[in-house]
Amino acid sequence: MYTQGLDLVPKGEKPEAPKSEEEARLEAAFQRKIDEEIRIEPTDWMPEGYRRTLIRQISQHAHSEIVGMLPEGNWVTRAPTLRRKAILLAKIQDEAGHGLYLYSACETLGVTREELYEQLLAGKAKYSSIFNYPTLTWADIGIIGWLVDGAAIMNQVPLQRCSYGPYARAMIRICKEESFHQRQGYELCLALAEGSPEQRRMLQDALNRWWWPVLMMFGPPDKDSWHTAQSMKWKIKRFTNDELRQKFVDAVVPQAERLGLKIPDPHLKWNPERGHYDFGEVPWDEFWRVIKGDGPCNRQRMEQRRRAWEEGRWVREAALAYAEKRRRRQQSEAA
Amino acid sequence: METREVLFEYVLRLGDNALILGQRLCELLGWAPELEEEMALANIALDYIGQARMFLSYAGEIEGKGRDEDQLAYTRDVLDFRCALMVQQPNGDFAHTMARLFLMSAFNEQLYGWLVRSKDQRLAEIAEKALKEVRYHVRHSGEWVIRLGDGTEESHRRMQRAIEDLWLYTGELFTPDEVDQAMAAEGIGPDLAALKPAWQQKVEAVLREATLERPADGWMPTGGKDGRMHSEHLGHILSELQFLQRAYPGLRW
Amino acid sequence: MKGWPLYEVFIRPRNGVAHRHVGSLHAPDPEMALELARDLYCRRGEGTSIWVVPASAITASRPEDKDAFFEPLEKEYRHPSHYNIPPDVKNM
Repeated sequence: MYTQGLDLVPKGEKPEAPKSEEEARLEAAFQRKIDEEIRIEPTDWMPEGYRRTLIRQISQHAHSEIVGMLPEGNWVTRAPTLRRKAILLAKIQDEAGHGLYLYSACETLGVTREELYEQLLAGKAKYSSIFNYPTLTWADIGIIGWLVDGAAIMNQVPLQRCSYGPYARAMIRICKEESFHQRQGYELCLALAEGSPEQRRMLQDALNRWWWPVLMMFGPPDKDSWHTAQSMKWKIKRFTNDELRQKFVDAVVPQAERLGLKIPDPHLKWNPERGHYDFGEVPWDEFWRVIKGDGPCNRQRMEQRRRAWEEGRWVREAALAYAEKRRRRQQSEAA
Repeated sequence: METREVLFEYVLRLGDNALILGQRLCELLGWAPELEEEMALANIALDYIGQARMFLSYAGEIEGKGRDEDQLAYTRDVLDFRCALMVQQPNGDFAHTMARLFLMSAFNEQLYGWLVRSKDQRLAEIAEKALKEVRYHVRHSGEWVIRLGDGTEESHRRMQRAIEDLWLYTGELFTPDEVDQAMAAEGIGPDLAALKPAWQQKVEAVLREATLERPADGWMPTGGKDGRMHSEHLGHILSELQFLQRAYPGLRW
Repeated sequence: MKGWPLYEVFIRPRNGVAHRHVGSLHAPDPEMALELARDLYCRRGEGTSIWVVPASAITASRPEDKDAFFEPLEKEYRHPSHYNIPPDVKNM
């Protein structure tokens, strides 16, 4: 799955200050490499801002994967058939794996996974706001697969060409593995759409609750995101938030119609001149509120991550203690 | 009972053991001590859910009343479940989770290892696939029993406690009842008592390496696999597992 | 407390080809690293063999070494195109 905006910048951070002649020369050479589509690798010289942007973006992405396991995990013990249970379990497992690939990519930039966890658990790091919404019925699992993963794919596909090598490689693997995630979600929705009135009600209700939060996944509007320009110049990003959001709406409206669903936006309308759907204003106040920690499930999600990490401490320590004991035993045997 | 009914009952037991253990492991999603272990636990859960599907589908065919894997998994109540008390036990801490997985998987390794030669062709085929999976489960959970047993003082204490708590439920696994005996007589299932020495050897070797004490064999409860006296846990497991099928009977999902 | 050490993972996708770097993971010791690599990088039946190597055991070239290590272009006699063979000579 995916994180949003991928460029949620802490307040007060400004573009880089003017630099020394030497730095300017290195930076020009760096930009030439980027322009020539040569990938940047971990030990190559890079501007501090590039490194910082990447650490922030990749770690937000990784955090989103592991927090993103929780809302779906809420239904794995209650999946209505064994096939659905296995699919959901495999999908959530993929998300754990993707979090792991991304933490690894981030570690190549000189931070440790523990540092990143600590930032998350201390409430200092951001993750996608979408995972702070509750999964109330089984239909939510279908909507998450279809729309949340659908939005994620749209964001992630261009990231396979990101200028930073380890991130691009992680994204290639992730995109390949995720190719079933959206399809399983749509298939699940289809079963409900073709089912009983109760099932259809569940499905429409889930769409009503998830629609706007899903559109928020693409990040704030371009006019509020100066960071986008720099990220595009560095080829960390290839499309703007608004471009991707429009592409997403255009893709999913016909899919919703096929399910017999009504999208909860009175302004949604095909615009033949633009060749796109027009849609209403995303409730950005809600977005900023949830991002800052006041969403329906922020506290609950963080509490679970914290508890899992704390309750696992004695296990992690024991495994290290065992490794150390064994190393010493082997040394004394060799002596 | 006719052979067919006995066989149904027998295959149901195999399916229910896998199903309930798989369900218990599903509860752990998001709670592993580190991300890498999250992956391992989910793989094992997936293996058991997969085994449950194969065994329960086959049980439904034997029964011949048109029940499929889901009808068997989702519409029977406690009295009709046939899973060992071991798999019904709560996850507890990570030591309990791994101890239960180890003791049960080591049993399954012996059981499936025998079943690959079963006179029942289908059972032999399912066992062959499942055997590969449980060998890995034994290895992985065994590694954890060793690391926690011989890790820190705290982990040693927790793992010793877990082994003691769960040892109680190992007796049932090797105590044959009339279903086991009938299957053994037909060459479809093993003589359970004969599986015990190899299991014991494996378990004791791991406990020794883990610097853990093997608990004494005292009185051990039975009643799970024959459905005579389940644990109180089972009803709660089923209420979660079966919620949707119960709330909205007869729908397609 | 420090975390589990980092391991690099290499997988032989099928017999006949070399092991290839696929990524990394954290594990408490080499045996666990191997099992966890299987659970992480072989979920879809990729691979017939796995290597895990402690990341700390890898000695790597530095970007500063780049010129000295990787640009021996003047030794063009190492390349087959350096030699003039008349076109009527076949199977060369």
